[in-house]
Amino acid sequence: MLRLIGFAAVAAAFAIAIFGIVAAVVAVKRRDAGLMQSARAAVYTNFVLMSVSNLAMITALLTHDFSIDYVAQVGSRATPAYITVISLWSALEGSILFWGWVLSAYTAGAIWFARQRAGALGAYATATMLFVGGFFYLLLLGPASPWGLVSPVPLDGPGPNPLLQNHWLMGVHPPLLYLGYVGFTVPFGFAMGALLSGQLDDTWVRLSRKWTLAAWAFLSLAIVAGMWWSYDVLGWGGYWAWDPVENASFMPWLTATAFLHSVMVEERRGMLRAWNMSLVIATFLLTILGTTITRSGILSSVHAFAEGPIGLFFISFMAITLLGSLMLLAGRAGELRGEARLDRMASRETVFLFNNLILTAFTFTVLLGTLFPLVAEAARGVKVTVGAPYFNSMTIPLCVALLFLVGVGPALPWKGVEARELKSRFLVPVIGLLVATALALLAGVRGGWGLAAFGFAGFALVTNVREYVTATLARRRAAGSGFLGALTGVVRANPRRYGGFLAHIGLVLIAIGIAASSIFRLDREVTLRGGESVAIHDYVVRFDQLRAEQEPHKVVVYAQLTAFTADGKELGRMYPALNYYEMRGGEPITTPAVRSRLDEDLYINLLAFEQNGANATLHVIIEPLVAWIWIGTGVVAFGALISLVGGRGRRPAPIRVPSRPAQPGSRPRPVEVS
Amino acid sequence: MNWKRSLIAFAAGLPFVALLAFGMTRDPNQIPTSMPGQDAPTFTLPVLNAADTVNLARHAGEVVVLNFWASWCVPCRIEHPVLLQAASRYQDSDVHFYGVVYQDTEDNAQRWLNQLGQGYPSLLDPGSRTAVDYALTGVPETYIIDRQGKVVFHRAQPITDLAEFIQLIEAARAGTLGPAGASS
Amino acid sequence: MSARIRSRLAALRTAVARAALPVAAAVTLAGAPLGAQESPVHGEGNVIQVQEETQLERDVRALASQLRCVVCQGLSLQDSPSELAQEMRGIVREQLEAGRSQQEVKDYFVSKYGEWVLMEPKREGFNLAVYILPMVMLFGGVGFVLFKARQWSTPAPAPADGPAEGR
Repeated sequence: MLRLIGFAAVAAAFAIAIFGIVAAVVAVKRRDAGLMQSARAAVYTNFVLMSVSNLAMITALLTHDFSIDYVAQVGSRATPAYITVISLWSALEGSILFWGWVLSAYTAGAIWFARQRAGALGAYATATMLFVGGFFYLLLLGPASPWGLVSPVPLDGPGPNPLLQNHWLMGVHPPLLYLGYVGFTVPFGFAMGALLSGQLDDTWVRLSRKWTLAAWAFLSLAIVAGMWWSYDVLGWGGYWAWDPVENASFMPWLTATAFLHSVMVEERRGMLRAWNMSLVIATFLLTILGTTITRSGILSSVHAFAEGPIGLFFISFMAITLLGSLMLLAGRAGELRGEARLDRMASRETVFLFNNLILTAFTFTVLLGTLFPLVAEAARGVKVTVGAPYFNSMTIPLCVALLFLVGVGPALPWKGVEARELKSRFLVPVIGLLVATALALLAGVRGGWGLAAFGFAGFALVTNVREYVTATLARRRAAGSGFLGALTGVVRANPRRYGGFLAHIGLVLIAIGIAASSIFRLDREVTLRGGESVAIHDYVVRFDQLRAEQEPHKVVVYAQLTAFTADGKELGRMYPALNYYEMRGGEPITTPAVRSRLDEDLYINLLAFEQNGANATLHVIIEPLVAWIWIGTGVVAFGALISLVGGRGRRPAPIRVPSRPAQPGSRPRPVEVS
Repeated sequence: MNWKRSLIAFAAGLPFVALLAFGMTRDPNQIPTSMPGQDAPTFTLPVLNAADTVNLARHAGEVVVLNFWASWCVPCRIEHPVLLQAASRYQDSDVHFYGVVYQDTEDNAQRWLNQLGQGYPSLLDPGSRTAVDYALTGVPETYIIDRQGKVVFHRAQPITDLAEFIQLIEAARAGTLGPAGASS
Repeated sequence: MSARIRSRLAALRTAVARAALPVAAAVTLAGAPLGAQESPVHGEGNVIQVQEETQLERDVRALASQLRCVVCQGLSLQDSPSELAQEMRGIVREQLEAGRSQQEVKDYFVSKYGEWVLMEPKREGFNLAVYILPMVMLFGGVGFVLFKARQWSTPAPAPADGPAEGR
């Protein structure tokens, strides 16, 4: 029954998507408002249908209906209910089903908010988003159908992939990732709408900016949740391995970040219009590339799903969207020409230009490195690896340059300042730079890039914090309110601006966390007998005993450790473990024990042990300031949230009255209520 | 719309699509092996549950089949009967079969052999030194070493086709199994 | 006892037996034999004092970071917690101890697993593309932006200032 409901809902959604596409296109041709309404109705209906289908699957999972293919594949009676629900996205078919749901929700939301003011652009955007949706529904009907019938019905299933069962973050990371990835379909849809309809003013930017920001925030959270998961589960004490799938999630983040900045230049100055369109299209295509990589088996990765004929579908879709949007963009580029005027080099516009340049070069480097094994194999027939050493050496300079720009941008106004003003604007940040560099030197940093990273982190932190402080102090003087009141007043008056600065501050914290934890990382392998301790850094870790427990589907072997400070104060027990899952071969899954504090993490992984419990081999890792990566991400997300919903701030005013005749097809700018 | 530019963009995008399509034809998890054609790395390894060691040099001028396996390896169970049949066919000939136990305990390995049948000696490889010498990336993996002491065949997948396997061994015996196309 | 659990326990024992191997690879105890020192703090066991790494250990670490763990997805030998990686680190160490140069050890692994085993492509021939293209892109971009910026900042007709923002 559930099988039938779930399947029928997706089948109907596919048919309705096709109807909606046709309706939207015909509605433009015939100027038929009624037909356009039907197209929008198709969007809303699809959201309902996909909700039904997903809920049917969740119900099937919870009721252990093993006659359904997907449930038989990932379900298990012994798995707790929470894990059963999140196994909705633990394998290929379910993840596509969930993707379809999120996409239908985004599409419905975007079309709903745009319904009054988009005209032909909205119609084509509707068609584009339905087209993307239709592709995923097609997958669900064909190569990735979760609804296959299993006969005879098995009594029990194997449970979801152990790597996913092992950590609570797996309930968080995938949905955040989908909310991020899928969200970029909305700006892509509006951009395509603009290109297809020829309505090339900034309507599409205004319709999609907030969606882009939201998707960007979700993607930021998702990337870091993935890092945190790697750190807590994979057992090597790292959080980023430049794995193809990590790169695939990082590249759209880079281009979206570039867009969030350059779009301001368009809003203020009417510049970079074709460029912004390119960034949005690139972001979307990179999300599709990411899913193609993960699901087609083109590149190998820890995170990859099983392969199958689905790869061909993805590559065809990639080809259609890539070639189609490139052709449209190139064909319209001539009509997209914007303003082109810079007043001074020392201006925020210029900083944004360089910010975009570096983010683009960054994306290019990551893309090239990720795909290079494929290129080398095609060109030379030789397999090569492009791993962490390559990416680190190539991108660390770019990261430092970005930190520098994060520190310069906010200190420079739009339209720029005279050279003589620069000194007063940058005196304090430069002091911050020098102090931070000196502190890093004192702490023992010797490498040039390390010093630069800490120095410019200090520089950027000072600039962005100073924006808050000076504005708040000025407001307090003017309004006579308390500091907190003045602060909220400042943020309320311009949430987009101060949300942005807060995101910068979060980013700097992340940078500091990454730099410190990689430069000052201390790790040793040690084998201890029962009762023996190891003294490392400021810790003494005692190996008390080894224990094994039989749990459903796995045997867990864990070492009981007691951590002390160097002078003998007890810090508590730690239990690094190895999980031997029935499903996997000989290779166990590690569960490192992490004692996380603001100043440093003590991270212990159980590598091996003697059967009689006589000894255990431990990997003891000490990493300072790791926690600031997670905290910084929270700050970034809070900044994005403020920008999105922080009261009704001023709309950024265009700085210059357009000096050229209005674009063909452009309309008077409607007032936006944000 | 400027269709000329559109076409140029289309042409510019094609190589990227072609690259992805090329990727579809490759298996990224297949790890390259350069063993076929190389001199077989020598070894002297203890025999499982026997006070004996085996040195590869002992079989100079003969054909050797090496199969790396482990008791925790599922595909090894599938290929084991095929290997046993092949080994029984070459009993007392110039073709010698050896198993090499990969990351396993002696007890487990012996129990596994008792259960599934033992037709030829298995060797122990402490520290996986020999495994790395043979560029192993997992189990099961099978190698054929010819009379000149060269590796002429390396497969990182279970051996499931007896007839094909016999053919390969015969080719190695006849000295006609070249390195080209012998790795898979 | 189901076959599944039995095979699981077999694997468990496997891991147990393998535990003996990394002891040799526990390179960190430089000179301090197990149980050399009585614990001043807890009394019930010895405290192993972690020492500064020796030159050899630093070399092993450096080399293991440049070699790929062959059973993992993109982790280096240094980073991977897998059994085979631990043993391969042991091989790196043995060969260095035997007096081989870093390059010779690298070459040994390349002769087995091909260029693929190197964590980053050799800087030669076709591979140079992966190092040079990003530079070309970046510096070309800088040139382009500077050129455009200069073009855009040529004096324009008297600017009609819009409502400029605070700072």
